[in-house]
Amino acid sequence: MSSPYILLKDLTLAYGDMVAVPKLNFSCDKGELIALLGPSGCGKTTTMRSIAGLLAPQSGQIYIDGKDVTNVPANKREIGLMFQSYALFPHLSGFENVAFGLRIKKLPEAEIVEKTNKGLDTVGLLHLANRKPSEMSGGQQQRLALARSMVMEPKVLLLDEPLSNLDARLRLEMRAELQRVQRETGITMIFVTHDQSEALALADRIVLMKDGLIEQIGTPDELYNKPTSVFAADFLGFENIFEVSNNVIIGDAGKMSLDFKSESGHLAWRPSGVKIGQGKYKAVVKSVAFAGERREYVLDAEIGVIMADVSAQKKSYKIGESLAFDLPKSEAHFIEQAS
Amino acid sequence: MTEKWTSRLILGLTLIFLIGPFLIIIIAGLSAGQSLAFPPDGISLKWYLKVFEIESFRDSFILSMALAIFGTLIALALGVPAAYALNRYEIPYAETIKTIVAAPIIVPGIIVGLALLRYLVLPIGLTVTLALFFAHTALVLPYAVRVVSSSMTNLRSDMEEAAVLLGCTRLSAFFKVVLPNIKGGVLAAFILGFVTSFNQVPVSLFLSGPGVRTLPIDMLAYMEITYDPSVAALSALLAFLSVGIVFLAEKFLGFSRYV
Ligand SMILES: Nc1ncnc2c1ncn2[C@@H]1O[C@H](COP(=O)(O)OP(=O)(O)O)[C@@H](O)[C@H]1O
Ligand SMILES: [Mg+2]
Repeated sequence: MSSPYILLKDLTLAYGDMVAVPKLNFSCDKGELIALLGPSGCGKTTTMRSIAGLLAPQSGQIYIDGKDVTNVPANKREIGLMFQSYALFPHLSGFENVAFGLRIKKLPEAEIVEKTNKGLDTVGLLHLANRKPSEMSGGQQQRLALARSMVMEPKVLLLDEPLSNLDARLRLEMRAELQRVQRETGITMIFVTHDQSEALALADRIVLMKDGLIEQIGTPDELYNKPTSVFAADFLGFENIFEVSNNVIIGDAGKMSLDFKSESGHLAWRPSGVKIGQGKYKAVVKSVAFAGERREYVLDAEIGVIMADVSAQKKSYKIGESLAFDLPKSEAHFIEQAS
Repeated sequence: MTEKWTSRLILGLTLIFLIGPFLIIIIAGLSAGQSLAFPPDGISLKWYLKVFEIESFRDSFILSMALAIFGTLIALALGVPAAYALNRYEIPYAETIKTIVAAPIIVPGIIVGLALLRYLVLPIGLTVTLALFFAHTALVLPYAVRVVSSSMTNLRSDMEEAAVLLGCTRLSAFFKVVLPNIKGGVLAAFILGFVTSFNQVPVSLFLSGPGVRTLPIDMLAYMEITYDPSVAALSALLAFLSVGIVFLAEKFLGFSRYV
Protein backbone atom coordinates (compact mmCIF):
# COMPACT_ATOMS: atom_id res chain seq x y z
CA MET A 1 0.00 0.00 0.00
CA SER A 2 1.35 3.41 -0.93
CA SER A 3 1.73 5.97 1.85
CA PRO A 4 -1.13 8.45 2.20
CA TYR A 5 -0.90 11.83 0.49
CA ILE A 6 -2.03 13.76 3.53
CA LEU A 7 -1.44 12.37 6.99
CA LEU A 8 -2.38 14.08 10.24
CA LYS A 9 -0.80 12.32 13.17
CA ASP A 10 -1.96 12.98 16.74
CA LEU A 11 -2.52 16.57 15.76
CA THR A 12 -3.41 18.70 18.76
CA LEU A 13 -4.50 22.27 18.08
CA ALA A 14 -5.03 24.87 20.76
CA TYR A 15 -5.71 28.54 21.25
CA GLY A 16 -3.68 29.34 24.33
CA ASP A 17 -4.85 26.90 26.99
CA MET A 18 -8.05 26.05 25.15
CA VAL A 19 -7.58 22.84 23.18
CA ALA A 20 -9.84 23.05 20.14
CA VAL A 21 -8.78 19.80 18.47
CA PRO A 22 -7.22 17.04 20.59
CA LYS A 23 -5.17 14.29 18.92
CA LEU A 24 -6.62 14.23 15.45
CA ASN A 25 -5.64 11.34 13.20
CA PHE A 26 -6.60 11.34 9.56
CA SER A 27 -5.22 10.39 6.20
CA CYS A 28 -6.30 10.62 2.59
CA ASP A 29 -5.03 9.70 -0.84
CA LYS A 30 -3.98 11.87 -3.70
CA GLY A 31 -6.92 13.16 -5.72
CA GLU A 32 -9.52 12.53 -3.06
CA LEU A 33 -12.31 15.00 -2.38
CA ILE A 34 -12.82 15.08 1.35
CA ALA A 35 -15.59 16.85 3.23
CA LEU A 36 -14.99 18.01 6.77
CA LEU A 37 -18.49 17.99 8.19
CA GLY A 38 -19.68 19.10 11.59
CA PRO A 39 -21.64 21.66 13.53
CA SER A 40 -20.32 25.19 13.92
CA GLY A 41 -17.49 25.42 16.45
CA CYS A 42 -16.37 21.80 16.18
CA GLY A 43 -12.90 22.69 14.92
CA LYS A 44 -13.18 22.48 11.15
CA THR A 45 -11.64 25.86 10.39
CA THR A 46 -8.98 25.28 13.03
CA THR A 47 -7.99 22.00 11.38
CA MET A 48 -7.83 23.61 7.92
CA ARG A 49 -5.71 26.47 9.18
CA SER A 50 -3.20 24.11 10.68
CA ILE A 51 -2.95 22.05 7.49
CA ALA A 52 -2.29 25.31 5.63
CA GLY A 53 0.36 26.32 8.13
CA LEU A 54 -1.46 29.33 9.55
CA LEU A 55 -1.80 27.74 12.97
CA ALA A 56 1.12 25.89 14.55
CA PRO A 57 0.02 22.67 16.25
CA GLN A 58 0.61 22.23 19.95
CA SER A 59 1.77 18.70 19.20
CA GLY A 60 1.56 16.10 16.45
CA GLN A 61 2.68 16.05 12.83
CA ILE A 62 1.37 16.93 9.42
CA TYR A 63 2.72 14.97 6.44
CA ILE A 64 2.03 15.93 2.88
CA ASP A 65 3.21 13.78 0.02
CA GLY A 66 5.40 11.79 2.39
CA LYS A 67 7.17 14.84 3.83
CA ASP A 68 6.82 16.15 7.36
CA VAL A 69 5.68 19.75 6.82
CA THR A 70 4.77 20.49 10.44
CA ASN A 71 7.48 23.14 10.64
CA VAL A 72 7.34 24.37 7.05
CA PRO A 73 6.05 27.95 7.02
CA ALA A 74 2.72 28.65 5.32
CA ASN A 75 4.27 30.49 2.38
CA LYS A 76 6.42 27.48 1.49
CA ARG A 77 3.84 24.75 1.96
CA GLU A 78 2.23 25.00 -1.49
CA ILE A 79 -1.25 24.64 -0.13
CA GLY A 80 -4.17 26.63 -1.42
CA LEU A 81 -6.87 27.86 0.91
CA MET A 82 -10.09 29.43 -0.19
CA PHE A 83 -11.34 31.49 2.71
CA GLN A 84 -14.96 31.61 3.70
CA SER A 85 -14.82 35.36 3.13
CA TYR A 86 -12.84 34.84 -0.14
CA ALA A 87 -10.14 37.25 1.17
CA LEU A 88 -9.68 38.82 -2.25
CA PHE A 89 -7.41 41.83 -2.58
CA PRO A 90 -9.76 44.80 -2.98
CA HIS A 91 -7.16 47.12 -4.49
CA LEU A 92 -6.31 44.77 -7.35
CA SER A 93 -8.19 43.87 -10.52
CA GLY A 94 -9.46 40.37 -11.13
CA PHE A 95 -6.44 39.70 -13.30
CA GLU A 96 -3.96 40.95 -10.71
CA ASN A 97 -5.69 39.01 -7.95
CA VAL A 98 -5.13 35.79 -9.87
CA ALA A 99 -1.63 36.80 -10.98
CA PHE A 100 -0.61 37.75 -7.41
CA GLY A 101 0.98 34.45 -6.40
CA LEU A 102 2.60 33.95 -9.80
CA ARG A 103 4.26 37.35 -9.45
CA ILE A 104 5.57 36.41 -6.00
CA LYS A 105 7.05 33.31 -7.65
CA LYS A 106 8.77 35.70 -10.09
CA LEU A 107 7.71 33.78 -13.16
CA PRO A 108 8.44 35.40 -16.53
CA GLU A 109 5.75 37.92 -17.48
CA ALA A 110 4.58 35.96 -20.52
CA GLU A 111 4.02 32.88 -18.38
CA ILE A 112 2.17 34.91 -15.75
CA VAL A 113 -0.17 36.33 -18.38
CA GLU A 114 -0.76 32.95 -19.93
CA LYS A 115 -1.45 31.14 -16.67
CA THR A 116 -3.62 33.94 -15.30
CA ASN A 117 -5.74 34.09 -18.44
CA LYS A 118 -6.11 30.34 -18.44
CA GLY A 119 -7.12 30.39 -14.78
CA LEU A 120 -9.68 33.13 -15.38
CA ASP A 121 -10.99 31.27 -18.39
CA THR A 122 -11.42 28.05 -16.43
CA VAL A 123 -13.78 29.75 -14.01
CA GLY A 124 -15.47 31.77 -16.76
CA LEU A 125 -14.23 35.19 -15.64
CA LEU A 126 -11.93 36.15 -18.51
CA HIS A 127 -14.31 38.91 -19.57
CA LEU A 128 -14.18 40.46 -16.09
CA ALA A 129 -10.38 40.45 -15.78
CA ASN A 130 -10.21 44.23 -15.42
CA ARG A 131 -12.89 44.55 -12.77
CA LYS A 132 -12.15 45.02 -9.10
CA PRO A 133 -13.60 42.36 -6.76
CA SER A 134 -16.04 44.94 -5.40
CA GLU A 135 -17.53 45.20 -8.89
CA MET A 136 -18.26 41.48 -9.02
CA SER A 137 -21.19 39.46 -7.70
CA GLY A 138 -20.76 37.03 -4.82
CA GLY A 139 -20.55 34.05 -7.15
CA GLN A 140 -18.01 35.77 -9.37
CA GLN A 141 -15.89 36.72 -6.36
CA GLN A 142 -15.93 33.15 -5.25
CA ARG A 143 -14.83 31.87 -8.64
CA LEU A 144 -12.10 34.50 -8.66
CA ALA A 145 -10.87 33.23 -5.30
CA LEU A 146 -10.93 29.69 -6.69
CA ALA A 147 -8.92 30.73 -9.76
CA ARG A 148 -6.41 32.57 -7.56
CA SER A 149 -5.74 29.39 -5.58
CA MET A 150 -5.80 27.05 -8.57
CA VAL A 151 -3.25 28.87 -10.75
CA MET A 152 -0.65 28.19 -8.07
CA GLU A 153 -1.13 24.47 -8.73
CA PRO A 154 -1.14 23.71 -4.99
CA LYS A 155 -0.58 20.21 -3.68
CA VAL A 156 -3.81 20.44 -1.74
CA LEU A 157 -6.70 22.84 -2.05
CA LEU A 158 -8.57 23.61 1.14
CA LEU A 159 -11.96 25.29 0.97
CA ASP A 160 -13.62 26.74 4.05
CA GLU A 161 -17.40 26.70 3.71
CA PRO A 162 -17.11 27.38 -0.02
CA LEU A 163 -20.84 27.40 -0.63
CA SER A 164 -22.33 28.88 2.50
CA ASN A 165 -22.38 32.51 1.34
CA LEU A 166 -24.23 31.76 -1.89
CA ASP A 167 -27.92 31.64 -2.62
CA ALA A 168 -29.54 28.32 -3.45
CA ARG A 169 -29.18 28.49 -7.23
CA LEU A 170 -25.57 29.69 -7.20
CA ARG A 171 -24.77 27.02 -4.66
CA LEU A 172 -25.77 24.28 -7.10
CA GLU A 173 -23.78 25.99 -9.85
CA MET A 174 -20.69 26.33 -7.69
CA ARG A 175 -21.03 22.76 -6.50
CA ALA A 176 -20.89 21.59 -10.10
CA GLU A 177 -17.98 23.95 -10.72
CA LEU A 178 -15.95 22.50 -7.85
CA GLN A 179 -16.62 18.97 -8.99
CA ARG A 180 -15.61 19.82 -12.54
CA VAL A 181 -12.37 21.56 -11.50
CA GLN A 182 -11.52 18.68 -9.21
CA ARG A 183 -12.17 16.10 -11.92
CA GLU A 184 -10.22 18.02 -14.56
CA THR A 185 -7.18 18.71 -12.42
CA GLY A 186 -7.22 15.69 -10.16
CA ILE A 187 -6.26 17.93 -7.26
CA THR A 188 -6.66 16.75 -3.68
CA MET A 189 -9.37 18.85 -2.04
CA ILE A 190 -10.63 19.15 1.49
CA PHE A 191 -13.69 21.27 1.97
CA VAL A 192 -15.43 22.33 5.12
CA THR A 193 -19.17 22.37 5.48
CA HIS A 194 -21.80 22.22 8.17
CA ASP A 195 -24.40 21.14 5.64
CA GLN A 196 -24.78 17.37 5.40
CA SER A 197 -26.44 17.47 1.97
CA GLU A 198 -23.44 19.36 0.56
CA ALA A 199 -21.01 16.81 1.97
CA LEU A 200 -23.09 13.90 0.71
CA ALA A 201 -23.40 15.36 -2.77
CA LEU A 202 -19.76 16.30 -3.31
CA ALA A 203 -17.35 14.25 -1.29
CA ASP A 204 -15.58 10.98 -1.95
CA ARG A 205 -15.27 10.61 1.77
CA ILE A 206 -16.76 12.50 4.70
CA VAL A 207 -15.04 13.23 7.98
CA LEU A 208 -17.67 13.96 10.58
CA MET A 209 -16.37 16.00 13.52
CA LYS A 210 -17.78 16.79 16.94
CA ASP A 211 -16.09 18.90 19.61
CA GLY A 212 -12.71 18.61 17.91
CA LEU A 213 -12.91 14.83 17.62
CA ILE A 214 -13.60 12.71 14.58
CA GLU A 215 -16.94 11.05 15.10
CA GLN A 216 -16.97 8.94 11.92
CA ILE A 217 -15.16 8.70 8.60
CA GLY A 218 -16.72 7.08 5.59
CA THR A 219 -18.15 7.37 2.12
CA PRO A 220 -21.36 9.40 1.76
CA ASP A 221 -23.21 6.11 1.42
CA GLU A 222 -21.76 4.75 4.65
CA LEU A 223 -22.49 7.89 6.61
CA TYR A 224 -25.98 8.26 5.27
CA ASN A 225 -27.04 4.68 5.75
CA LYS A 226 -24.85 3.45 8.57
CA PRO A 227 -24.08 6.19 11.06
CA THR A 228 -22.27 4.56 13.96
CA SER A 229 -23.20 6.99 16.72
CA VAL A 230 -26.24 8.86 17.95
CA PHE A 231 -24.55 12.14 17.01
CA ALA A 232 -23.79 10.95 13.47
CA ALA A 233 -27.31 9.61 13.02
CA ASP A 234 -28.81 12.84 14.26
CA PHE A 235 -26.55 14.94 12.06
CA LEU A 236 -27.40 12.87 9.00
CA GLY A 237 -31.13 13.20 9.27
CA PHE A 238 -32.30 10.46 11.63
CA GLU A 239 -34.51 12.79 13.58
CA ASN A 240 -36.15 10.12 15.74
CA ILE A 241 -33.54 8.45 17.92
CA PHE A 242 -34.41 6.48 21.03
CA GLU A 243 -32.60 4.39 23.53
CA VAL A 244 -33.63 0.72 23.50
CA SER A 245 -33.32 -1.67 26.37
CA ASN A 246 -35.07 -5.03 26.83
CA ASN A 247 -37.24 -4.34 23.79
CA VAL A 248 -38.57 -1.17 25.32
CA ILE A 249 -37.86 2.18 23.69
CA ILE A 250 -37.22 4.99 26.06
CA GLY A 251 -38.00 8.55 25.07
CA ASP A 252 -37.84 11.86 26.87
CA ALA A 253 -41.45 11.65 27.93
CA GLY A 254 -41.97 7.95 28.53
CA LYS A 255 -41.55 4.36 27.38
CA MET A 256 -43.21 2.19 24.73
CA SER A 257 -42.77 -1.49 24.14
CA LEU A 258 -41.26 -2.48 20.84
CA ASP A 259 -43.08 -4.96 18.62
CA PHE A 260 -39.90 -6.55 17.35
CA LYS A 261 -36.79 -7.85 19.00
CA SER A 262 -33.76 -5.59 19.29
CA GLU A 263 -30.45 -5.58 21.06
CA SER A 264 -29.87 -2.85 23.59
CA GLY A 265 -28.50 0.40 22.22
CA HIS A 266 -30.28 2.97 20.13
CA LEU A 267 -32.79 2.80 17.32
CA ALA A 268 -33.22 5.58 14.80
CA TRP A 269 -35.81 6.40 12.17
CA ARG A 270 -35.77 9.13 9.54
CA PRO A 271 -38.98 11.18 9.42
CA SER A 272 -39.71 9.47 6.11
CA GLY A 273 -39.46 6.07 7.79
CA VAL A 274 -42.30 6.71 10.23
CA LYS A 275 -45.65 5.28 9.07
CA ILE A 276 -48.76 7.18 10.01
CA GLY A 277 -52.45 6.32 9.78
CA GLN A 278 -51.98 2.79 11.11
CA GLY A 279 -49.91 1.01 13.71
CA LYS A 280 -49.84 0.16 17.37
CA TYR A 281 -48.84 3.58 18.72
CA LYS A 282 -51.03 6.62 19.29
CA ALA A 283 -50.14 10.28 18.96
CA VAL A 284 -51.66 13.75 18.61
CA VAL A 285 -50.65 16.07 15.76
CA LYS A 286 -48.71 18.97 17.25
CA SER A 287 -47.99 20.75 14.01
CA VAL A 288 -48.03 20.09 10.30
CA ALA A 289 -46.18 21.85 7.49
CA PHE A 290 -46.86 21.46 3.81
CA ALA A 291 -43.65 21.10 1.80
CA GLY A 292 -44.90 20.55 -1.74
CA GLU A 293 -44.45 16.86 -2.38
CA ARG A 294 -44.56 15.99 1.27
CA ARG A 295 -46.23 16.92 4.53
CA GLU A 296 -44.08 17.24 7.63
CA TYR A 297 -45.74 16.31 10.92
CA VAL A 298 -44.61 16.86 14.46
CA LEU A 299 -46.39 14.29 16.62
CA ASP A 300 -46.86 14.22 20.34
CA ALA A 301 -46.52 10.58 21.40
CA GLU A 302 -46.17 8.69 24.66
CA ILE A 303 -42.39 8.61 24.38
CA GLY A 304 -42.06 12.21 23.28
CA VAL A 305 -41.91 14.10 20.02
CA ILE A 306 -41.92 12.14 16.76
CA MET A 307 -41.05 13.73 13.43
CA ALA A 308 -42.81 12.16 10.47
CA ASP A 309 -42.94 13.16 6.88
CA VAL A 310 -45.28 11.51 4.42
CA SER A 311 -46.36 11.94 0.83
CA ALA A 312 -48.76 14.84 0.38
CA GLN A 313 -51.00 12.48 -1.64
CA LYS A 314 -51.88 10.56 1.51
CA LYS A 315 -54.68 11.48 3.86
CA SER A 316 -53.85 14.62 5.80
CA TYR A 317 -54.35 15.26 9.52
CA LYS A 318 -55.05 18.53 11.29
CA ILE A 319 -53.43 19.95 14.37
CA GLY A 320 -54.93 18.36 17.47
CA GLU A 321 -56.17 15.27 15.63
CA SER A 322 -55.30 11.86 17.08
CA LEU A 323 -53.76 9.25 14.84
CA ALA A 324 -52.08 5.89 14.88
CA PHE A 325 -48.48 5.49 13.80
CA ASP A 326 -45.81 2.88 13.56
CA LEU A 327 -42.03 2.71 13.84
CA PRO A 328 -41.42 -0.18 11.44
CA LYS A 329 -38.55 -2.58 11.83
CA SER A 330 -37.68 -2.29 8.14
CA GLU A 331 -36.88 1.40 8.52
CA ALA A 332 -35.09 1.16 11.85
CA HIS A 333 -31.36 1.81 12.03
CA PHE A 334 -29.63 0.21 14.98
CA ILE A 335 -26.78 1.98 16.75
CA GLU A 336 -24.71 -0.05 19.16
CA GLN A 337 -23.82 2.97 21.28
CA ALA A 338 -25.38 2.90 24.74
CA SER A 339 -26.29 6.03 26.63
CA MET B 1 -41.71 77.11 9.60
CA THR B 2 -40.21 79.12 12.47
CA GLU B 3 -38.16 76.08 13.38
CA LYS B 4 -36.61 76.06 9.91
CA TRP B 5 -35.73 79.75 10.16
CA THR B 6 -34.32 79.37 13.64
CA SER B 7 -32.00 76.61 12.52
CA ARG B 8 -30.95 78.66 9.50
CA LEU B 9 -30.21 81.61 11.73
CA ILE B 10 -28.08 79.47 14.02
CA LEU B 11 -26.23 78.02 11.05
CA GLY B 12 -25.59 81.53 9.69
CA LEU B 13 -24.31 82.79 13.02
CA THR B 14 -22.07 79.77 13.40
CA LEU B 15 -20.58 80.37 9.97
CA ILE B 16 -19.99 84.05 10.73
CA PHE B 17 -18.41 83.06 14.02
CA LEU B 18 -16.10 80.57 12.31
CA ILE B 19 -15.27 82.42 9.11
CA GLY B 20 -15.54 85.98 10.40
CA PRO B 21 -12.05 86.21 11.92
CA PHE B 22 -10.62 84.70 8.78
CA LEU B 23 -12.30 87.37 6.63
CA ILE B 24 -11.16 90.15 8.96
CA ILE B 25 -7.56 88.94 8.68
CA ILE B 26 -7.70 88.73 4.89
CA ILE B 27 -9.06 92.26 4.70
CA ALA B 28 -6.68 93.65 7.34
CA GLY B 29 -3.78 92.30 5.27
CA LEU B 30 -5.04 94.23 2.26
CA SER B 31 -4.39 97.51 4.04
CA ALA B 32 -2.57 100.38 2.33
CA GLY B 33 -1.63 101.90 5.72
CA GLN B 34 1.32 101.26 8.01
CA SER B 35 -0.28 99.61 11.02
CA LEU B 36 -2.58 96.67 11.60
CA ALA B 37 -6.13 97.93 11.71
CA PHE B 38 -9.68 96.98 10.87
CA PRO B 39 -11.24 98.40 8.79
CA PRO B 40 -7.98 98.99 6.87
CA ASP B 41 -6.69 102.36 5.64
CA GLY B 42 -7.26 101.94 1.91
CA ILE B 43 -6.65 98.81 -0.13
CA SER B 44 -3.39 97.52 -1.57
CA LEU B 45 -1.53 94.27 -2.12
CA LYS B 46 1.76 95.62 -0.79
CA TRP B 47 1.74 93.70 2.52
CA TYR B 48 0.97 90.44 0.79
CA LEU B 49 4.08 91.05 -1.33
CA LYS B 50 6.16 92.35 1.56
CA VAL B 51 5.72 89.03 3.40
CA PHE B 52 8.00 87.34 0.89
CA GLU B 53 10.78 89.87 1.47
CA ILE B 54 11.05 89.44 5.24
CA GLU B 55 14.06 87.20 5.67
CA SER B 56 13.25 85.79 9.09
CA PHE B 57 9.85 84.67 7.82
CA ARG B 58 11.57 82.87 4.99
CA ASP B 59 13.89 81.01 7.36
CA SER B 60 11.18 80.12 9.84
CA PHE B 61 8.87 79.05 7.00
CA ILE B 62 11.52 76.59 5.84
CA LEU B 63 12.00 75.30 9.38
CA SER B 64 8.25 74.89 9.90
CA MET B 65 7.91 73.13 6.56
CA ALA B 66 10.78 70.79 7.34
CA LEU B 67 9.38 70.05 10.80
CA ALA B 68 5.91 69.44 9.43
CA ILE B 69 7.09 67.19 6.61
CA PHE B 70 9.81 65.17 8.32
CA GLY B 71 8.21 65.17 11.76
CA THR B 72 5.03 63.76 10.24
CA LEU B 73 6.92 61.23 8.13
CA ILE B 74 8.75 59.94 11.20
CA ALA B 75 5.50 59.89 13.15
CA LEU B 76 3.96 57.79 10.37
CA ALA B 77 6.95 55.46 10.26
CA LEU B 78 6.30 54.79 13.95
CA GLY B 79 2.54 55.19 13.93
CA VAL B 80 1.61 52.86 11.04
CA PRO B 81 3.33 49.79 12.56
CA ALA B 82 1.93 50.74 15.97
CA ALA B 83 -1.61 51.04 14.61
CA TYR B 84 -1.14 47.73 12.77
CA ALA B 85 0.06 45.96 15.90
CA LEU B 86 -2.73 47.39 18.04
CA ASN B 87 -5.33 46.19 15.53
CA ARG B 88 -3.88 42.82 14.60
CA TYR B 89 -2.42 41.25 17.64
CA GLU B 90 -3.95 40.58 20.97
CA ILE B 91 -1.70 42.92 22.83
CA PRO B 92 -2.04 42.95 26.57
CA TYR B 93 -3.20 46.35 27.83
CA ALA B 94 -3.96 47.50 24.28
CA GLU B 95 -6.47 50.00 25.63
CA THR B 96 -3.93 51.43 28.07
CA ILE B 97 -1.39 51.72 25.30
CA LYS B 98 -3.93 53.53 23.13
CA THR B 99 -4.60 55.98 25.95
CA ILE B 100 -0.92 56.61 26.50
CA VAL B 101 -0.36 57.15 22.79
CA ALA B 102 -3.22 59.64 22.80
CA ALA B 103 -1.84 61.46 25.85
CA PRO B 104 -0.25 64.40 23.97
CA ILE B 105 -3.71 65.20 22.60
CA ILE B 106 -5.00 65.41 26.15
CA VAL B 107 -2.00 67.01 27.86
CA PRO B 108 -1.82 70.76 27.14
CA GLY B 109 0.93 71.62 24.64
CA ILE B 110 2.43 74.12 27.05
CA ILE B 111 3.19 71.33 29.50
CA VAL B 112 4.72 69.16 26.77
CA GLY B 113 6.89 72.08 25.65
CA LEU B 114 7.99 72.95 29.15
CA ALA B 115 8.75 69.31 29.96
CA LEU B 116 10.86 68.92 26.83
CA LEU B 117 12.76 72.11 27.60
CA ARG B 118 13.28 71.33 31.25
CA TYR B 119 14.23 67.66 30.92
CA LEU B 120 15.74 67.29 27.46
CA VAL B 121 17.13 70.56 26.15
CA LEU B 122 18.52 72.04 29.35
CA PRO B 123 20.08 69.03 31.11
CA ILE B 124 21.21 67.01 28.08
CA GLY B 125 22.07 69.94 25.89
CA LEU B 126 19.93 68.68 23.04
CA THR B 127 19.92 71.24 20.23
CA VAL B 128 16.72 73.21 19.89
CA THR B 129 16.19 72.03 16.32
CA LEU B 130 16.43 68.39 17.37
CA ALA B 131 14.13 69.01 20.32
CA LEU B 132 11.64 70.59 17.94
CA PHE B 133 11.77 67.50 15.75
CA PHE B 134 11.14 65.25 18.73
CA ALA B 135 8.35 67.47 19.94
CA HIS B 136 6.59 67.67 16.59
CA THR B 137 6.97 63.96 15.95
CA ALA B 138 5.53 63.19 19.38
CA LEU B 139 2.75 65.66 18.79
CA VAL B 140 1.71 64.18 15.46
CA LEU B 141 2.09 60.54 16.52
CA PRO B 142 -1.31 60.28 18.26
CA TYR B 143 -3.05 61.54 15.14
CA ALA B 144 -1.08 59.12 12.99
CA VAL B 145 -1.99 56.13 15.18
CA ARG B 146 -5.61 57.18 15.40
CA VAL B 147 -6.29 57.93 11.77
CA VAL B 148 -4.37 54.92 10.47
CA SER B 149 -6.09 52.70 13.05
CA SER B 150 -9.50 53.78 11.92
CA SER B 151 -8.65 52.98 8.31
CA MET B 152 -7.42 49.56 9.42
CA THR B 153 -10.41 48.40 11.43
CA ASN B 154 -12.30 47.19 8.38
CA LEU B 155 -9.33 45.38 6.97
CA ARG B 156 -9.68 41.67 7.57
CA SER B 157 -6.62 39.68 8.55
CA ASP B 158 -7.50 36.79 6.25
CA MET B 159 -6.41 38.95 3.31
CA GLU B 160 -2.86 38.87 4.63
CA GLU B 161 -3.11 35.16 5.29
CA ALA B 162 -4.26 34.67 1.71
CA ALA B 163 -1.18 36.59 0.55
CA VAL B 164 1.07 34.42 2.73
CA LEU B 165 -0.44 31.25 1.30
CA LEU B 166 0.30 32.64 -2.16
CA GLY B 167 3.97 32.87 -1.22
CA CYS B 168 4.43 36.22 0.56
CA THR B 169 6.32 36.58 3.79
CA ARG B 170 4.41 38.34 6.57
CA LEU B 171 6.40 41.49 5.88
CA SER B 172 5.86 41.54 2.13
CA ALA B 173 2.17 40.77 2.71
CA PHE B 174 2.03 43.96 4.75
CA PHE B 175 3.53 46.02 1.94
CA LYS B 176 1.64 44.30 -0.85
CA VAL B 177 -1.86 44.01 0.57
CA VAL B 178 -2.17 46.01 3.80
CA LEU B 179 -0.47 49.25 2.82
CA PRO B 180 -2.27 49.69 -0.53
CA ASN B 181 -5.58 49.30 1.29
CA ILE B 182 -4.86 51.84 4.02
CA LYS B 183 -3.12 54.29 1.72
CA GLY B 184 -6.03 56.75 2.02
CA GLY B 185 -5.79 56.67 5.81
CA VAL B 186 -2.02 57.12 5.74
CA LEU B 187 -2.33 60.14 3.43
CA ALA B 188 -5.08 61.58 5.58
CA ALA B 189 -2.89 61.11 8.65
CA PHE B 190 -0.05 62.83 6.85
CA ILE B 191 -2.16 65.85 5.98
CA LEU B 192 -3.67 66.11 9.43
CA GLY B 193 -0.21 65.74 10.97
CA PHE B 194 1.28 68.28 8.61
CA VAL B 195 -1.36 70.91 9.38
CA THR B 196 -1.20 70.19 13.12
CA SER B 197 2.57 70.50 13.17
CA PHE B 198 2.68 73.56 10.96
CA ASN B 199 0.17 75.48 13.08
CA GLN B 200 1.56 74.31 16.39
CA VAL B 201 2.26 77.16 18.89
CA PRO B 202 2.39 76.17 22.58
CA VAL B 203 5.07 73.47 22.34
CA SER B 204 7.25 75.44 19.95
CA LEU B 205 6.97 78.48 22.20
CA PHE B 206 9.42 76.91 24.62
CA LEU B 207 11.65 75.50 21.95
CA SER B 208 13.12 78.45 20.17
CA GLY B 209 16.67 79.63 20.13
CA PRO B 210 18.91 82.01 18.29
CA GLY B 211 17.83 81.89 14.66
CA VAL B 212 15.67 78.82 15.30
CA ARG B 213 11.96 79.61 15.40
CA THR B 214 8.96 78.04 13.80
CA LEU B 215 6.87 80.32 11.65
CA PRO B 216 3.97 80.86 14.09
CA ILE B 217 6.45 81.76 16.86
CA ASP B 218 8.34 84.03 14.51
CA MET B 219 5.11 85.80 13.65
CA LEU B 220 4.37 86.32 17.34
CA ALA B 221 7.84 87.72 17.89
CA TYR B 222 7.54 89.96 14.83
CA MET B 223 4.24 91.34 16.02
CA GLU B 224 5.66 92.28 19.38
CA ILE B 225 8.12 94.61 17.64
CA THR B 226 6.49 95.62 14.38
CA TYR B 227 2.78 96.11 14.39
CA ASP B 228 2.22 96.21 10.63
CA PRO B 229 -0.30 94.40 8.42
CA SER B 230 2.27 91.91 7.05
CA VAL B 231 1.40 89.45 9.84
CA ALA B 232 -2.25 89.55 8.82
CA ALA B 233 -1.26 89.02 5.21
CA LEU B 234 0.95 86.06 6.12
CA SER B 235 -1.77 84.55 8.32
CA ALA B 236 -4.21 84.82 5.47
CA LEU B 237 -1.76 83.14 3.08
CA LEU B 238 -1.15 80.31 5.54
CA ALA B 239 -4.85 79.85 6.10
CA PHE B 240 -5.33 79.59 2.34
CA LEU B 241 -2.55 77.00 2.23
CA SER B 242 -4.23 74.88 4.93
CA VAL B 243 -7.66 75.22 3.39
CA GLY B 244 -6.22 74.38 -0.02
CA ILE B 245 -4.53 71.23 1.24
CA VAL B 246 -7.61 70.04 3.10
CA PHE B 247 -9.82 70.86 0.11
CA LEU B 248 -7.65 68.81 -2.23
CA ALA B 249 -7.47 66.01 0.30
CA GLU B 250 -11.23 65.97 0.63
CA LYS B 251 -11.71 66.04 -3.10
CA PHE B 252 -9.30 63.24 -3.94
CA LEU B 253 -9.26 61.16 -0.77
CA GLY B 254 -12.56 61.76 0.94
CA PHE B 255 -10.49 63.04 3.86
CA SER B 256 -13.46 63.47 6.21
CA ARG B 257 -13.96 59.71 6.26
CA TYR B 258 -10.84 59.34 8.34
CA VAL B 259 -10.98 62.18 10.86
N1 LIG C 1 -8.84 32.72 17.29
C1 LIG C 1 -9.40 31.94 18.22
N2 LIG C 1 -9.11 32.11 19.54
C2 LIG C 1 -9.68 31.33 20.48
N3 LIG C 1 -10.55 30.34 20.22
C3 LIG C 1 -10.89 30.12 18.95
C4 LIG C 1 -10.33 30.92 17.87
N4 LIG C 1 -10.85 30.46 16.71
C5 LIG C 1 -11.69 29.46 17.04
N5 LIG C 1 -11.71 29.24 18.37
C6 LIG C 1 -12.48 28.20 19.09
O1 LIG C 1 -12.07 26.94 18.62
C7 LIG C 1 -13.18 26.08 18.43
C8 LIG C 1 -13.22 25.61 16.99
O2 LIG C 1 -13.47 26.72 16.15
P1 LIG C 1 -13.51 26.60 14.56
O3 LIG C 1 -12.38 25.76 14.12
O4 LIG C 1 -13.59 27.97 14.03
O5 LIG C 1 -14.88 25.84 14.34
P2 LIG C 1 -15.69 25.57 12.98
O6 LIG C 1 -14.90 26.08 11.83
O7 LIG C 1 -15.92 24.11 12.95
O8 LIG C 1 -16.98 26.31 13.13
C9 LIG C 1 -14.40 26.88 18.85
O9 LIG C 1 -14.72 26.51 20.17
C10 LIG C 1 -13.96 28.30 18.77
O10 LIG C 1 -14.63 29.08 19.72
MG1 LIG D 1 -15.42 27.67 10.46
